[in-house]
Amino acid sequence: MSASSKVPLERLPHGVRITLLVGGLALAAVPVVPMEGRDFYLQMLTQMMILAIFAMSLDLLQGVTGLVSLGHAAYFGLAGYALAFLTPANAPASLWWSLPAAALVAALAALVIGFFVVRTHGIYFIMVTMAFAQMVFFLFFDNKSLGGSDGSYVNFKPDATIAGWGGIDLENKTTFFYLTLALLVGVYLFLRRLLFSPFGRALAGIRANEHRMRALGYGTYGYKLTAFTLAGGLAGVAGYLWAAQTGYVNPELMGFHMSAHAIMMVILGGMGNFAGAIVGAFAFEYMLHLFKDMTKHWQLLMGSFILLVVIFAPRGLLGLLVRKKEEAHERNS
Amino acid sequence: MSATPEVLLSARGLTKRFGGLAAVNGVDLDLWCDRIHAVIGPNGAGKSTLTNLLSGDIEPTAGRVAIGGIDTTHKSPEAKSQLGLGRSYQKTNIFTSFTVWDNVRLAAQSRRRLASWNVAQWFTSADSQAATNESCERAIELAGLTPRARAIAATISHGEQRQLEIAMTLATEPQVLLLDEPLAGMGQAEAERMVELLLKLKKGHAMCLVEHDMDAVFALADQLTVMVNGQVIASGTPGDVRSDAAVQAAYLGEEHQ
Repeated sequence: MSASSKVPLERLPHGVRITLLVGGLALAAVPVVPMEGRDFYLQMLTQMMILAIFAMSLDLLQGVTGLVSLGHAAYFGLAGYALAFLTPANAPASLWWSLPAAALVAALAALVIGFFVVRTHGIYFIMVTMAFAQMVFFLFFDNKSLGGSDGSYVNFKPDATIAGWGGIDLENKTTFFYLTLALLVGVYLFLRRLLFSPFGRALAGIRANEHRMRALGYGTYGYKLTAFTLAGGLAGVAGYLWAAQTGYVNPELMGFHMSAHAIMMVILGGMGNFAGAIVGAFAFEYMLHLFKDMTKHWQLLMGSFILLVVIFAPRGLLGLLVRKKEEAHERNS
Repeated sequence: MSATPEVLLSARGLTKRFGGLAAVNGVDLDLWCDRIHAVIGPNGAGKSTLTNLLSGDIEPTAGRVAIGGIDTTHKSPEAKSQLGLGRSYQKTNIFTSFTVWDNVRLAAQSRRRLASWNVAQWFTSADSQAATNESCERAIELAGLTPRARAIAATISHGEQRQLEIAMTLATEPQVLLLDEPLAGMGQAEAERMVELLLKLKKGHAMCLVEHDMDAVFALADQLTVMVNGQVIASGTPGDVRSDAAVQAAYLGEEHQ
Protein backbone atom coordinates (compact mmCIF):
# COMPACT_ATOMS: atom_id res chain seq x y z
CA MET A 1 0.00 0.00 0.00
CA SER A 2 2.68 2.47 1.01
CA ALA A 3 4.74 1.58 -2.06
CA SER A 4 1.79 1.81 -4.41
CA SER A 5 0.74 5.23 -3.12
CA LYS A 6 3.86 6.71 -4.70
CA VAL A 7 3.13 5.19 -8.08
CA PRO A 8 0.68 7.03 -10.29
CA LEU A 9 -2.52 5.19 -10.85
CA GLU A 10 -2.65 4.27 -14.53
CA ARG A 11 -5.06 1.41 -14.92
CA LEU A 12 -8.39 2.34 -13.41
CA PRO A 13 -10.14 -0.34 -11.35
CA HIS A 14 -13.50 -1.51 -12.60
CA GLY A 15 -15.42 0.27 -9.85
CA VAL A 16 -13.79 3.60 -10.67
CA ARG A 17 -14.66 3.24 -14.34
CA ILE A 18 -18.29 2.54 -13.50
CA THR A 19 -18.32 5.57 -11.18
CA LEU A 20 -16.86 7.75 -13.94
CA LEU A 21 -19.37 6.47 -16.46
CA VAL A 22 -22.28 7.14 -14.11
CA GLY A 23 -20.87 10.60 -13.41
CA GLY A 24 -20.54 11.27 -17.13
CA LEU A 25 -24.11 10.15 -17.82
CA ALA A 26 -25.40 12.29 -14.95
CA LEU A 27 -23.51 15.24 -16.42
CA ALA A 28 -25.00 14.58 -19.85
CA ALA A 29 -28.49 14.51 -18.28
CA VAL A 30 -28.20 17.88 -16.57
CA PRO A 31 -29.53 20.00 -19.47
CA VAL A 32 -32.65 17.81 -19.66
CA VAL A 33 -33.56 18.30 -15.99
CA PRO A 34 -35.86 21.27 -15.41
CA MET A 35 -34.47 23.45 -12.66
CA GLU A 36 -34.18 26.93 -11.28
CA GLY A 37 -31.21 28.91 -12.69
CA ARG A 38 -30.59 26.34 -15.39
CA ASP A 39 -28.52 28.64 -17.62
CA PHE A 40 -26.22 29.54 -14.76
CA TYR A 41 -25.51 25.92 -13.92
CA LEU A 42 -25.05 24.93 -17.55
CA GLN A 43 -22.54 27.70 -18.00
CA MET A 44 -20.70 26.73 -14.82
CA LEU A 45 -20.56 23.05 -15.79
CA THR A 46 -19.40 23.95 -19.29
CA GLN A 47 -16.60 25.99 -17.79
CA MET A 48 -15.64 23.06 -15.53
CA MET A 49 -15.50 20.75 -18.54
CA ILE A 50 -13.30 23.22 -20.43
CA LEU A 51 -10.93 23.37 -17.47
CA ALA A 52 -11.01 19.58 -17.27
CA ILE A 53 -9.72 19.41 -20.86
CA PHE A 54 -7.03 21.92 -19.92
CA ALA A 55 -6.07 19.90 -16.82
CA MET A 56 -5.90 16.66 -18.84
CA SER A 57 -3.55 18.31 -21.33
CA LEU A 58 -1.25 19.28 -18.47
CA ASP A 59 -1.49 15.80 -16.96
CA LEU A 60 0.12 14.41 -20.11
CA LEU A 61 3.22 16.36 -19.08
CA GLN A 62 2.93 16.42 -15.30
CA GLY A 63 1.51 13.01 -14.43
CA VAL A 64 2.56 10.89 -17.39
CA THR A 65 5.95 12.28 -18.45
CA GLY A 66 6.97 13.83 -15.12
CA LEU A 67 7.41 17.33 -16.56
CA VAL A 68 5.90 19.98 -14.28
CA SER A 69 5.13 22.96 -16.50
CA LEU A 70 4.39 26.20 -14.72
CA GLY A 71 3.54 27.91 -17.97
CA HIS A 72 0.89 25.74 -19.51
CA ALA A 73 -1.70 28.54 -19.59
CA ALA A 74 0.30 30.22 -22.36
CA TYR A 75 -1.03 27.68 -24.87
CA PHE A 76 -4.54 27.86 -23.43
CA GLY A 77 -4.55 31.64 -23.81
CA LEU A 78 -2.90 31.71 -27.23
CA ALA A 79 -5.66 29.55 -28.72
CA GLY A 80 -8.26 31.85 -27.17
CA TYR A 81 -6.57 34.84 -28.77
CA ALA A 82 -6.36 32.90 -32.02
CA LEU A 83 -10.14 32.61 -32.06
CA ALA A 84 -10.50 36.32 -31.23
CA PHE A 85 -8.25 37.32 -34.13
CA LEU A 86 -9.60 34.72 -36.55
CA THR A 87 -13.16 35.90 -36.04
CA PRO A 88 -14.00 38.57 -38.65
CA ALA A 89 -15.45 41.89 -37.43
CA ASN A 90 -18.91 41.28 -38.82
CA ALA A 91 -19.33 37.53 -39.16
CA PRO A 92 -18.60 34.38 -37.15
CA ALA A 93 -15.66 32.09 -37.95
CA SER A 94 -16.52 28.50 -38.80
CA LEU A 95 -15.93 26.11 -35.91
CA TRP A 96 -14.65 23.48 -38.33
CA TRP A 97 -11.55 25.33 -39.34
CA SER A 98 -11.06 27.83 -36.52
CA LEU A 99 -10.87 25.16 -33.80
CA PRO A 100 -8.13 23.15 -35.57
CA ALA A 101 -6.38 26.41 -36.47
CA ALA A 102 -6.42 27.66 -32.87
CA ALA A 103 -5.17 24.29 -31.57
CA LEU A 104 -2.44 24.39 -34.21
CA VAL A 105 -1.37 27.88 -33.13
CA ALA A 106 -1.07 26.62 -29.54
CA ALA A 107 0.79 23.48 -30.65
CA LEU A 108 3.22 25.50 -32.77
CA ALA A 109 3.95 27.84 -29.88
CA ALA A 110 4.53 24.79 -27.68
CA LEU A 111 6.83 23.29 -30.31
CA VAL A 112 8.95 26.45 -30.47
CA ILE A 113 9.06 26.99 -26.70
CA GLY A 114 9.44 23.25 -26.11
CA PHE A 115 12.49 23.21 -28.36
CA PHE A 116 14.25 25.28 -25.68
CA VAL A 117 12.64 24.16 -22.41
CA VAL A 118 12.53 20.40 -22.90
CA ARG A 119 16.30 20.12 -22.67
CA THR A 120 16.19 21.33 -19.06
CA HIS A 121 15.37 19.15 -16.07
CA GLY A 122 13.64 19.38 -12.70
CA ILE A 123 13.44 22.80 -11.12
CA TYR A 124 14.99 24.40 -14.21
CA PHE A 125 12.20 23.06 -16.38
CA ILE A 126 9.63 24.57 -14.00
CA MET A 127 11.36 27.95 -14.04
CA VAL A 128 11.96 28.08 -17.79
CA THR A 129 8.38 27.11 -18.68
CA MET A 130 7.19 29.87 -16.35
CA ALA A 131 9.61 32.38 -17.88
CA PHE A 132 8.39 31.68 -21.41
CA ALA A 133 4.76 31.92 -20.33
CA GLN A 134 5.48 35.28 -18.70
CA MET A 135 7.06 36.46 -21.95
CA VAL A 136 3.91 35.48 -23.84
CA PHE A 137 1.78 37.13 -21.15
CA PHE A 138 3.61 40.44 -21.36
CA LEU A 139 3.73 40.32 -25.15
CA PHE A 140 -0.05 40.54 -25.10
CA PHE A 141 -0.33 42.66 -21.96
CA ASP A 142 1.94 45.43 -23.29
CA ASN A 143 0.86 45.44 -26.93
CA LYS A 144 -2.15 47.61 -27.75
CA SER A 145 -2.40 45.95 -31.16
CA LEU A 146 -2.81 42.58 -29.44
CA GLY A 147 -5.54 43.90 -27.17
CA GLY A 148 -3.28 45.09 -24.37
CA SER A 149 -4.13 44.59 -20.72
CA ASP A 150 -7.87 44.91 -21.42
CA GLY A 151 -7.91 41.99 -23.79
CA SER A 152 -10.08 41.60 -26.80
CA TYR A 153 -13.62 40.56 -27.72
CA VAL A 154 -14.59 37.48 -29.68
CA ASN A 155 -17.18 39.23 -31.81
CA PHE A 156 -19.23 36.17 -32.68
CA LYS A 157 -19.52 32.66 -31.34
CA PRO A 158 -18.12 30.21 -33.90
CA ASP A 159 -20.53 28.99 -36.53
CA ALA A 160 -20.97 25.22 -36.74
CA THR A 161 -23.04 24.99 -39.91
CA ILE A 162 -22.32 21.76 -41.80
CA ALA A 163 -23.10 21.92 -45.53
CA GLY A 164 -25.94 24.33 -44.99
CA TRP A 165 -27.36 22.47 -41.96
CA GLY A 166 -27.45 24.78 -38.96
CA GLY A 167 -28.47 22.21 -36.34
CA ILE A 168 -25.53 23.02 -34.10
CA ASP A 169 -26.10 26.54 -32.80
CA LEU A 170 -23.37 27.50 -30.35
CA GLU A 171 -25.33 30.57 -29.21
CA ASN A 172 -27.54 27.98 -27.54
CA LYS A 173 -26.09 27.16 -24.10
CA THR A 174 -27.31 23.56 -24.22
CA THR A 175 -25.69 22.98 -27.59
CA PHE A 176 -22.44 24.53 -26.39
CA PHE A 177 -22.61 22.31 -23.30
CA TYR A 178 -22.90 19.18 -25.42
CA LEU A 179 -20.15 20.27 -27.81
CA THR A 180 -17.85 20.75 -24.83
CA LEU A 181 -18.90 17.41 -23.35
CA ALA A 182 -18.22 15.67 -26.66
CA LEU A 183 -14.75 17.22 -26.83
CA LEU A 184 -14.09 16.31 -23.19
CA VAL A 185 -14.99 12.67 -23.83
CA GLY A 186 -13.05 12.67 -27.10
CA VAL A 187 -9.89 14.10 -25.56
CA TYR A 188 -10.18 11.72 -22.59
CA LEU A 189 -10.55 8.62 -24.78
CA PHE A 190 -7.72 9.78 -27.03
CA LEU A 191 -5.38 10.34 -24.10
CA ARG A 192 -6.30 7.01 -22.47
CA ARG A 193 -5.50 5.29 -25.75
CA LEU A 194 -2.27 7.24 -26.00
CA LEU A 195 -1.28 6.32 -22.44
CA PHE A 196 -1.08 2.62 -23.28
CA SER A 197 0.39 3.05 -26.77
CA PRO A 198 4.13 2.54 -27.35
CA PHE A 199 4.48 6.35 -27.20
CA GLY A 200 2.64 6.57 -23.86
CA ARG A 201 4.71 3.74 -22.38
CA ALA A 202 7.89 5.52 -23.43
CA LEU A 203 6.67 8.72 -21.74
CA ALA A 204 5.98 6.74 -18.55
CA GLY A 205 9.49 5.31 -18.83
CA ILE A 206 10.90 8.83 -19.06
CA ARG A 207 9.03 9.81 -15.90
CA ALA A 208 10.31 6.74 -14.07
CA ASN A 209 13.94 6.85 -15.24
CA GLU A 210 14.98 9.03 -18.17
CA HIS A 211 18.63 8.07 -17.91
CA ARG A 212 17.82 4.41 -18.36
CA MET A 213 15.52 5.20 -21.28
CA ARG A 214 18.43 6.80 -23.12
CA ALA A 215 20.67 3.81 -22.41
CA LEU A 216 17.91 1.64 -23.89
CA GLY A 217 18.10 3.64 -27.10
CA TYR A 218 15.26 6.13 -26.73
CA GLY A 219 15.79 9.67 -27.96
CA THR A 220 14.05 11.11 -24.92
CA TYR A 221 14.37 14.71 -26.14
CA GLY A 222 12.16 13.98 -29.14
CA TYR A 223 9.62 12.16 -26.99
CA LYS A 224 9.42 15.02 -24.52
CA LEU A 225 9.15 17.62 -27.26
CA THR A 226 6.34 15.68 -28.93
CA ALA A 227 4.49 15.38 -25.62
CA PHE A 228 5.01 19.09 -24.94
CA THR A 229 3.66 20.03 -28.36
CA LEU A 230 0.68 17.72 -28.10
CA ALA A 231 -0.13 18.98 -24.61
CA GLY A 232 0.06 22.54 -25.93
CA GLY A 233 -2.34 21.72 -28.75
CA LEU A 234 -4.86 20.12 -26.39
CA ALA A 235 -4.59 23.06 -24.01
CA GLY A 236 -5.41 25.09 -27.12
CA VAL A 237 -8.66 23.16 -27.62
CA ALA A 238 -9.65 24.15 -24.08
CA GLY A 239 -8.56 27.76 -24.55
CA TYR A 240 -10.56 28.03 -27.75
CA LEU A 241 -13.69 26.77 -26.00
CA TRP A 242 -13.12 29.19 -23.14
CA ALA A 243 -12.87 32.15 -25.51
CA ALA A 244 -15.91 30.95 -27.47
CA GLN A 245 -17.94 30.54 -24.29
CA THR A 246 -17.08 33.83 -22.62
CA GLY A 247 -16.76 35.84 -25.85
CA TYR A 248 -13.76 37.57 -24.41
CA VAL A 249 -10.02 37.02 -24.00
CA ASN A 250 -7.51 38.81 -21.82
CA PRO A 251 -3.89 38.22 -20.78
CA GLU A 252 -5.01 36.62 -17.51
CA LEU A 253 -5.91 33.52 -19.53
CA MET A 254 -2.20 32.87 -20.05
CA GLY A 255 -1.17 34.19 -16.68
CA PHE A 256 0.62 32.56 -13.83
CA HIS A 257 -2.56 31.90 -11.84
CA MET A 258 -4.15 29.98 -14.67
CA SER A 259 -1.06 27.76 -14.96
CA ALA A 260 -0.89 27.22 -11.21
CA HIS A 261 -4.60 26.36 -11.01
CA ALA A 262 -4.13 23.66 -13.63
CA ILE A 263 -1.28 22.12 -11.63
CA MET A 264 -3.46 22.11 -8.51
CA MET A 265 -6.36 20.52 -10.38
CA VAL A 266 -4.13 17.69 -11.55
CA ILE A 267 -2.68 17.15 -8.08
CA LEU A 268 -6.10 17.41 -6.46
CA GLY A 269 -7.69 14.77 -8.69
CA GLY A 270 -4.69 12.47 -8.99
CA MET A 271 -1.95 12.40 -11.62
CA GLY A 272 -1.13 10.22 -14.57
CA ASN A 273 -4.50 8.80 -15.59
CA PHE A 274 -6.48 11.80 -17.00
CA ALA A 275 -9.60 10.74 -15.07
CA GLY A 276 -8.03 12.33 -12.00
CA ALA A 277 -7.49 15.57 -13.92
CA ILE A 278 -11.21 15.69 -14.75
CA VAL A 279 -12.21 14.98 -11.15
CA GLY A 280 -9.65 17.54 -9.97
CA ALA A 281 -10.91 20.25 -12.31
CA PHE A 282 -14.51 19.79 -11.19
CA ALA A 283 -13.57 19.59 -7.51
CA PHE A 284 -11.28 22.63 -7.73
CA GLU A 285 -13.88 24.79 -9.46
CA TYR A 286 -16.64 23.61 -7.13
CA MET A 287 -14.58 24.42 -4.03
CA LEU A 288 -13.62 27.74 -5.59
CA HIS A 289 -17.29 28.73 -5.94
CA LEU A 290 -18.07 27.42 -2.48
CA PHE A 291 -15.22 29.25 -0.75
CA LYS A 292 -15.77 32.47 -2.71
CA ASP A 293 -19.38 32.54 -1.52
CA MET A 294 -18.24 32.01 2.07
CA THR A 295 -15.50 34.57 2.42
CA LYS A 296 -13.31 36.97 0.47
CA HIS A 297 -10.34 35.17 2.02
CA TRP A 298 -11.19 32.11 -0.03
CA GLN A 299 -7.56 31.47 -0.94
CA LEU A 300 -6.83 30.55 2.66
CA LEU A 301 -9.56 27.90 2.61
CA MET A 302 -8.52 26.67 -0.83
CA GLY A 303 -4.91 26.34 0.30
CA SER A 304 -5.91 24.39 3.39
CA PHE A 305 -8.16 22.13 1.35
CA ILE A 306 -5.39 21.28 -1.10
CA LEU A 307 -2.94 20.72 1.75
CA LEU A 308 -5.34 18.26 3.37
CA VAL A 309 -5.80 16.37 0.12
CA VAL A 310 -2.04 16.19 -0.48
CA ILE A 311 -1.44 14.91 3.07
CA PHE A 312 -4.30 12.44 3.34
CA ALA A 313 -4.74 11.47 -0.29
CA PRO A 314 -1.31 11.53 -1.95
CA ARG A 315 -2.81 10.01 -5.09
CA GLY A 316 -5.53 12.63 -5.19
CA LEU A 317 -9.29 12.35 -4.85
CA LEU A 318 -9.45 9.57 -7.41
CA GLY A 319 -6.73 7.71 -5.52
CA LEU A 320 -8.81 8.09 -2.37
CA LEU A 321 -11.74 6.50 -4.15
CA VAL A 322 -9.55 3.62 -5.27
CA ARG A 323 -8.22 3.15 -1.74
CA LYS A 324 -11.74 2.94 -0.33
CA LYS A 325 -12.55 0.30 -2.90
CA GLU A 326 -9.35 -1.62 -2.19
CA GLU A 327 -10.09 -1.57 1.54
CA ALA A 328 -13.65 -2.75 0.95
CA HIS A 329 -12.28 -5.47 -1.28
CA GLU A 330 -9.80 -6.56 1.40
CA ARG A 331 -12.57 -6.69 4.01
CA ASN A 332 -14.70 -8.84 1.76
CA SER A 333 -12.01 -11.33 0.90
CA MET B 1 36.15 -19.25 -32.25
CA SER B 2 36.35 -18.25 -35.90
CA ALA B 3 39.67 -17.83 -37.63
CA THR B 4 39.41 -14.05 -37.84
CA PRO B 5 37.44 -12.85 -34.86
CA GLU B 6 35.70 -9.57 -35.39
CA VAL B 7 36.40 -6.47 -33.33
CA LEU B 8 32.98 -5.03 -32.49
CA LEU B 9 34.14 -2.25 -30.21
CA SER B 10 37.46 -0.55 -30.10
CA ALA B 11 38.70 2.29 -27.91
CA ARG B 12 41.94 4.16 -28.43
CA GLY B 13 43.64 6.55 -26.04
CA LEU B 14 40.46 6.99 -24.06
CA THR B 15 40.94 9.68 -21.42
CA LYS B 16 38.61 11.37 -18.98
CA ARG B 17 39.80 14.15 -16.72
CA PHE B 18 37.76 15.53 -13.85
CA GLY B 19 39.67 18.72 -13.12
CA GLY B 20 43.24 17.63 -12.41
CA LEU B 21 42.33 13.99 -11.89
CA ALA B 22 42.64 11.63 -14.84
CA ALA B 23 40.02 9.03 -13.91
CA VAL B 24 40.75 7.20 -17.13
CA ASN B 25 44.05 7.83 -18.83
CA GLY B 26 44.95 6.70 -22.33
CA VAL B 27 43.10 3.38 -22.28
CA ASP B 28 43.10 1.12 -25.36
CA LEU B 29 40.52 -1.63 -25.40
CA ASP B 30 39.17 -4.05 -28.01
CA LEU B 31 36.07 -6.18 -27.65
CA TRP B 32 35.90 -9.21 -29.92
CA CYS B 33 32.83 -11.08 -30.97
CA ASP B 34 32.39 -14.38 -29.07
CA ARG B 35 34.86 -13.30 -26.40
CA ILE B 36 34.56 -12.02 -22.87
CA HIS B 37 36.95 -9.23 -21.99
CA ALA B 38 37.11 -8.68 -18.26
CA VAL B 39 38.29 -5.43 -16.73
CA ILE B 40 39.49 -5.62 -13.15
CA GLY B 41 41.21 -3.29 -10.78
CA PRO B 42 40.97 -1.94 -7.26
CA ASN B 43 38.24 0.52 -6.23
CA GLY B 44 38.78 3.89 -7.86
CA ALA B 45 40.81 2.43 -10.72
CA GLY B 46 38.43 3.99 -13.25
CA LYS B 47 36.54 0.89 -14.34
CA SER B 48 33.08 2.42 -14.03
CA THR B 49 34.24 5.66 -15.68
CA LEU B 50 35.60 3.54 -18.53
CA THR B 51 32.23 1.80 -18.87
CA ASN B 52 30.46 5.16 -18.91
CA LEU B 53 32.84 6.43 -21.58
CA LEU B 54 32.26 3.38 -23.75
CA SER B 55 28.47 3.61 -23.36
CA GLY B 56 28.32 7.36 -24.01
CA ASP B 57 26.95 8.22 -20.57
CA ILE B 58 29.89 10.61 -20.27
CA GLU B 59 32.04 12.20 -22.98
CA PRO B 60 35.77 11.55 -23.10
CA THR B 61 38.29 14.37 -22.75
CA ALA B 62 40.40 12.68 -25.41
CA GLY B 63 40.53 9.47 -27.42
CA ARG B 64 38.12 7.65 -29.70
CA VAL B 65 35.52 4.90 -29.48
CA ALA B 66 34.23 2.98 -32.50
CA ILE B 67 31.40 0.46 -32.60
CA GLY B 68 31.45 -1.91 -35.56
CA GLY B 69 33.87 0.43 -37.34
CA ILE B 70 31.68 3.52 -36.87
CA ASP B 71 33.18 6.35 -34.84
CA THR B 72 30.89 6.90 -31.86
CA THR B 73 33.13 9.05 -29.67
CA HIS B 74 30.66 11.91 -29.43
CA LYS B 75 27.47 10.01 -30.01
CA SER B 76 24.67 10.02 -27.40
CA PRO B 77 23.87 6.92 -25.32
CA GLU B 78 20.67 6.39 -27.34
CA ALA B 79 22.58 6.50 -30.63
CA LYS B 80 25.11 4.00 -29.30
CA SER B 81 22.32 1.76 -28.11
CA GLN B 82 20.79 1.80 -31.58
CA LEU B 83 24.21 0.90 -33.04
CA GLY B 84 24.16 -2.31 -31.02
CA LEU B 85 25.67 -1.44 -27.67
CA GLY B 86 23.88 -2.63 -24.55
CA ARG B 87 24.97 -1.91 -21.01
CA SER B 88 23.96 -2.85 -17.52
CA TYR B 89 24.62 -0.70 -14.49
CA GLN B 90 26.61 -1.32 -11.35
CA LYS B 91 23.90 0.31 -9.28
CA THR B 92 20.67 -1.33 -10.32
CA ASN B 93 19.00 1.01 -12.79
CA ILE B 94 15.52 -0.23 -13.58
CA PHE B 95 11.97 1.13 -13.67
CA THR B 96 11.11 0.16 -10.11
CA SER B 97 7.40 0.99 -10.31
CA PHE B 98 6.86 -1.17 -13.43
CA THR B 99 6.44 -4.91 -13.52
CA VAL B 100 9.37 -7.05 -14.63
CA TRP B 101 7.53 -7.64 -17.90
CA ASP B 102 6.95 -3.91 -18.52
CA ASN B 103 10.62 -3.15 -17.80
CA VAL B 104 11.79 -5.61 -20.41
CA ARG B 105 8.95 -4.84 -22.82
CA LEU B 106 9.99 -1.19 -22.87
CA ALA B 107 13.57 -2.24 -23.59
CA ALA B 108 12.39 -4.47 -26.44
CA GLN B 109 10.13 -1.73 -27.81
CA SER B 110 13.16 0.49 -28.38
CA ARG B 111 14.19 -1.75 -31.29
CA ARG B 112 11.08 -0.77 -33.25
CA ARG B 113 12.66 2.67 -33.62
CA LEU B 114 9.26 4.32 -33.58
CA ALA B 115 9.25 8.06 -34.09
CA SER B 116 7.49 9.79 -31.21
CA TRP B 117 5.56 11.98 -33.69
CA ASN B 118 4.35 8.96 -35.66
CA VAL B 119 0.65 9.60 -35.04
CA ALA B 120 -0.42 6.13 -36.16
CA GLN B 121 1.46 4.49 -33.26
CA TRP B 122 -0.44 6.67 -30.74
CA PHE B 123 -3.52 4.63 -31.50
CA THR B 124 -1.92 1.20 -31.18
CA SER B 125 -1.68 -0.77 -27.97
CA ALA B 126 1.82 -1.30 -26.61
CA ASP B 127 0.78 -4.65 -25.16
CA SER B 128 -0.23 -6.17 -28.48
CA GLN B 129 2.99 -5.80 -30.48
CA ALA B 130 3.84 -9.41 -31.34
CA ALA B 131 7.52 -8.92 -32.22
CA THR B 132 8.17 -6.82 -29.10
CA ASN B 133 6.39 -9.33 -26.88
CA GLU B 134 8.36 -12.24 -28.33
CA SER B 135 11.66 -10.49 -27.87
CA CYS B 136 10.64 -9.53 -24.33
CA GLU B 137 9.65 -13.08 -23.48
CA ARG B 138 12.92 -14.44 -24.84
CA ALA B 139 15.02 -12.01 -22.80
CA ILE B 140 13.07 -12.73 -19.61
CA GLU B 141 13.43 -16.46 -20.12
CA LEU B 142 17.14 -16.21 -20.88
CA ALA B 143 17.67 -14.23 -17.67
CA GLY B 144 15.65 -16.82 -15.75
CA LEU B 145 12.91 -14.45 -14.66
CA THR B 146 9.89 -16.07 -16.28
CA PRO B 147 8.17 -16.96 -12.97
CA ARG B 148 8.61 -13.37 -11.78
CA ALA B 149 7.42 -11.61 -14.94
CA ARG B 150 4.30 -10.11 -13.34
CA ALA B 151 6.00 -8.92 -10.15
CA ILE B 152 6.64 -5.21 -9.55
CA ALA B 153 10.36 -4.64 -10.05
CA ALA B 154 10.72 -2.87 -6.69
CA THR B 155 9.48 -5.97 -4.86
CA ILE B 156 11.80 -8.63 -6.31
CA SER B 157 15.06 -9.64 -4.64
CA HIS B 158 18.33 -7.88 -5.26
CA GLY B 159 19.65 -10.81 -7.27
CA GLU B 160 16.52 -10.86 -9.38
CA GLN B 161 16.90 -7.13 -10.01
CA ARG B 162 20.40 -7.84 -11.31
CA GLN B 163 18.92 -10.49 -13.61
CA LEU B 164 16.31 -7.97 -14.71
CA GLU B 165 19.06 -5.50 -15.50
CA ILE B 166 20.59 -8.13 -17.83
CA ALA B 167 17.22 -9.04 -19.34
CA MET B 168 16.58 -5.39 -20.24
CA THR B 169 19.99 -5.10 -21.82
CA LEU B 170 19.42 -8.30 -23.82
CA ALA B 171 15.99 -7.17 -25.00
CA THR B 172 17.68 -4.37 -26.94
CA GLU B 173 19.41 -7.13 -28.97
CA PRO B 174 22.92 -5.73 -28.57
CA GLN B 175 26.05 -7.09 -30.22
CA VAL B 176 28.30 -5.45 -27.66
CA LEU B 177 27.54 -6.01 -23.99
CA LEU B 178 29.01 -3.79 -21.28
CA LEU B 179 28.27 -5.35 -17.94
CA ASP B 180 29.23 -3.32 -14.90
CA GLU B 181 29.56 -5.70 -11.94
CA PRO B 182 26.64 -7.98 -12.80
CA LEU B 183 27.42 -10.18 -9.77
CA ALA B 184 27.54 -7.35 -7.21
CA GLY B 185 25.64 -8.25 -4.07
CA MET B 186 24.54 -11.65 -5.32
CA GLY B 187 24.40 -14.78 -3.23
CA GLN B 188 26.42 -17.87 -4.14
CA ALA B 189 23.65 -19.67 -6.01
CA GLU B 190 22.54 -16.53 -7.84
CA ALA B 191 26.12 -15.74 -8.83
CA GLU B 192 26.61 -19.24 -10.23
CA ARG B 193 23.46 -18.92 -12.31
CA MET B 194 24.66 -15.55 -13.62
CA VAL B 195 28.08 -16.97 -14.57
CA GLU B 196 26.27 -19.71 -16.47
CA LEU B 197 24.14 -17.13 -18.25
CA LEU B 198 27.15 -15.02 -19.21
CA LEU B 199 28.86 -18.09 -20.67
CA LYS B 200 25.72 -18.76 -22.68
CA LEU B 201 25.75 -15.16 -23.96
CA LYS B 202 29.39 -15.30 -25.02
CA LYS B 203 28.45 -16.74 -28.41
CA GLY B 204 27.32 -13.94 -30.68
CA HIS B 205 28.30 -11.10 -28.38
CA ALA B 206 31.37 -9.03 -27.70
CA MET B 207 31.32 -8.68 -23.95
CA CYS B 208 33.09 -6.35 -21.57
CA LEU B 209 32.80 -7.50 -18.00
CA VAL B 210 33.74 -5.25 -15.12
CA GLU B 211 33.75 -7.47 -12.06
CA HIS B 212 35.20 -7.80 -8.58
CA ASP B 213 34.48 -11.49 -8.13
CA MET B 214 37.83 -13.05 -9.14
CA ASP B 215 36.49 -16.60 -9.31
CA ALA B 216 33.92 -15.47 -11.84
CA VAL B 217 36.45 -13.41 -13.78
CA PHE B 218 38.88 -16.29 -14.16
CA ALA B 219 36.04 -18.66 -15.01
CA LEU B 220 34.73 -16.40 -17.76
CA ALA B 221 37.39 -14.15 -19.20
CA ASP B 222 39.16 -14.77 -22.51
CA GLN B 223 40.93 -11.45 -22.23
CA LEU B 224 41.84 -9.63 -19.08
CA THR B 225 42.71 -5.97 -18.59
CA VAL B 226 43.93 -4.66 -15.27
CA MET B 227 43.48 -1.02 -14.42
CA VAL B 228 45.10 0.95 -11.63
CA ASN B 229 44.73 4.71 -11.17
CA GLY B 230 43.01 5.13 -14.50
CA GLN B 231 45.70 3.34 -16.48
CA VAL B 232 46.00 -0.11 -17.96
CA ILE B 233 48.90 -1.87 -16.27
CA ALA B 234 48.43 -5.21 -17.98
CA SER B 235 46.30 -6.75 -20.69
CA GLY B 236 46.28 -10.21 -22.19
CA THR B 237 45.04 -13.73 -21.53
CA PRO B 238 44.13 -14.48 -17.90
CA GLY B 239 47.18 -16.74 -17.63
CA ASP B 240 49.59 -14.02 -18.79
CA VAL B 241 48.02 -11.42 -16.54
CA ARG B 242 48.06 -13.67 -13.51
CA SER B 243 51.82 -14.13 -13.81
CA ASP B 244 52.50 -10.43 -14.47
CA ALA B 245 54.70 -9.04 -11.73
CA ALA B 246 53.22 -5.55 -11.82
CA VAL B 247 49.71 -6.94 -11.47
CA GLN B 248 50.67 -9.14 -8.55
CA ALA B 249 52.24 -6.22 -6.76
CA ALA B 250 49.50 -3.71 -7.50
CA TYR B 251 46.40 -5.73 -7.29
CA LEU B 252 46.09 -9.48 -7.09
CA GLY B 253 48.68 -9.72 -4.37
CA GLU B 254 47.02 -7.42 -1.89
CA GLU B 255 43.53 -8.65 -2.69
CA HIS B 256 44.40 -12.30 -2.46
CA GLN B 257 46.42 -12.34 0.76
